Amino acid sequence: MLRFTIRRVLQIIPTIVVVALLIFVIFSVVPGSFATSLLSDGKTTPDPQLMARLNEQLGLDKPVHQRFITYVGDLAQLDLGTSFRTRRPVLELINERIWASLQLAVAAMIFAVVVAVPLGFLAALRPGSILDTVTMVGAVSGLSLPQFWLGLLLMYVFALQLNWLPSFGYGDGSLRNLILPAITLGVTPLALLARTTRAGVLDVLNGDFVRTAHAKGLSEAQVVRRHVARNALVLIITTVGLLFGSLIGQAVVIEKLFAWPGIGSLLVDSVAMRDIPVVQGTILVIVVWFLVINTAVDIVYALVDPRIKQE
Amino acid sequence: MKLGFNLILGGALTALVILAGLLAPWLAHFDPVLDADLMSAELPPDSTFWFGTDAQGRDVYSRILYGAQISLTVGIVSQIINTIIGVALGMSAAYWGGWWDDLVNGLTNVMLAIPSLIFALAVMAVLGPGLVSLLIALGLTNWSWTCRIARSSTLSLKSLGYVQAAQTLGYSDPRIMFTQILPNIMGPVLVMATLGMGSAVLSEAALSFLGLGIQPPFPSWGSMLTDARQMIQIAPWTAIFPGMAIFFAVLGFNLLGDGLRDMLDPHMRTRKL
Repeated sequence: MLRFTIRRVLQIIPTIVVVALLIFVIFSVVPGSFATSLLSDGKTTPDPQLMARLNEQLGLDKPVHQRFITYVGDLAQLDLGTSFRTRRPVLELINERIWASLQLAVAAMIFAVVVAVPLGFLAALRPGSILDTVTMVGAVSGLSLPQFWLGLLLMYVFALQLNWLPSFGYGDGSLRNLILPAITLGVTPLALLARTTRAGVLDVLNGDFVRTAHAKGLSEAQVVRRHVARNALVLIITTVGLLFGSLIGQAVVIEKLFAWPGIGSLLVDSVAMRDIPVVQGTILVIVVWFLVINTAVDIVYALVDPRIKQE
Repeated sequence: MKLGFNLILGGALTALVILAGLLAPWLAHFDPVLDADLMSAELPPDSTFWFGTDAQGRDVYSRILYGAQISLTVGIVSQIINTIIGVALGMSAAYWGGWWDDLVNGLTNVMLAIPSLIFALAVMAVLGPGLVSLLIALGLTNWSWTCRIARSSTLSLKSLGYVQAAQTLGYSDPRIMFTQILPNIMGPVLVMATLGMGSAVLSEAALSFLGLGIQPPFPSWGSMLTDARQMIQIAPWTAIFPGMAIFFAVLGFNLLGDGLRDMLDPHMRTRKL
């Protein structure tokens, strides 16, 4: 088990390195530099001397390969560079924001799990029932729903019309501010999870050991609790983990909509400002988040189901 | 027969969106960009303005029809790019194997590690906003799953008799790939492409909503929602109708993809819906 864990953890390092390289390559071909966009008013050409000085300050006067060496060297020391705009270390900016993102992702996932798992379970135990049909129609609809539109409608109804909840912002960090963005972000994972849970439980129900359990005279409740639930949980845990990893990517739009101070809104603002070090840093952090969670899921999966390790 | 249901409803919704886009010049009551009239701004839906008007007094119904053109263009073109990249890489990797296969596999794994919306956002940041940038960004984003499917399907076909017969006859590698393998992996690839259209439409709407996609005054469903956000309290219809358009278009593509999968591959049949 330890060897498996170490191998899986080591495997993510090359991926991170390649992603870092890819991000650097993409952004080193950006037409229109930060200096131009900062100094130009769109009509007159900016003063070349001023441009040169700004480029020198930002280290942009050096050739690409030199900048790349500096970038990789800094990265190895966990230095993500300095923001062009605020002149503060990127890691510091991300550190300020990542907790809000984490809070939002965890809340969204809790909402999704609490609703989706029981629904998927009940739907699978009573296939063809009204509950089953409603759950599955809801799941397909949830997957097609533009989340930010749902967020907009929730904001309209619960914040602007009924005045029950704040319409945007982090506020003092209370739960009230978290509810609307978390529900909005949680809808897509909810739909996917309900579908997966239902399919997983149906699969288990068809297993030979379930028939055996029935045959030896266990009650329906005992069969479900002892045999079905335990086996279906493996799939559910894996899905929850993978969905949690991908949440941070989807959160970008939701954070922007609700003016939630997470790294998603940091990314969007930095793209608009052409603050490239912050954009590079945030994307890298998001990818690392995704990979770390996926690896953790693999390890947990191997712990729960020893067959996986063998591969 | 639930199986036909997905296909029929999905096909009908998709056909509706395609018709709306194609017939927009005839169905629209007003010009989506030029017919702005502040005297008729923020009017609720009535017999002249079926879906009401926006802050500039433009007809929301007409803008949604023209918006279908943008969504469809983005959905279809980006998926053609994705499919070409994915199939070319996946099929050749499985067929040739060796270092090329390792390279393609590595690249696919890296792409799968970057959330697709984030990758598209990065490409948009480099290329700048606009339709062409969107097509490139979304065309480069979602090929990894297609590549995986093309690769695994090719692997299983490679050892079959008719492929080996073609090799014995001395057919060139590209000829074998195009005439013997490609026709037989098109089913799952087509399913991926259809499902991908749904997510491309969603991504376009999200990027335009963030101000990185289609720029005003052109009527993208996503950018219409950006405008609607400012005035949702006074004119909620400006938010409701474009969102419904996105929802039904994506639902159509998703159901069509599911339906196609059920039809083409009975083994992968999703149990009802």
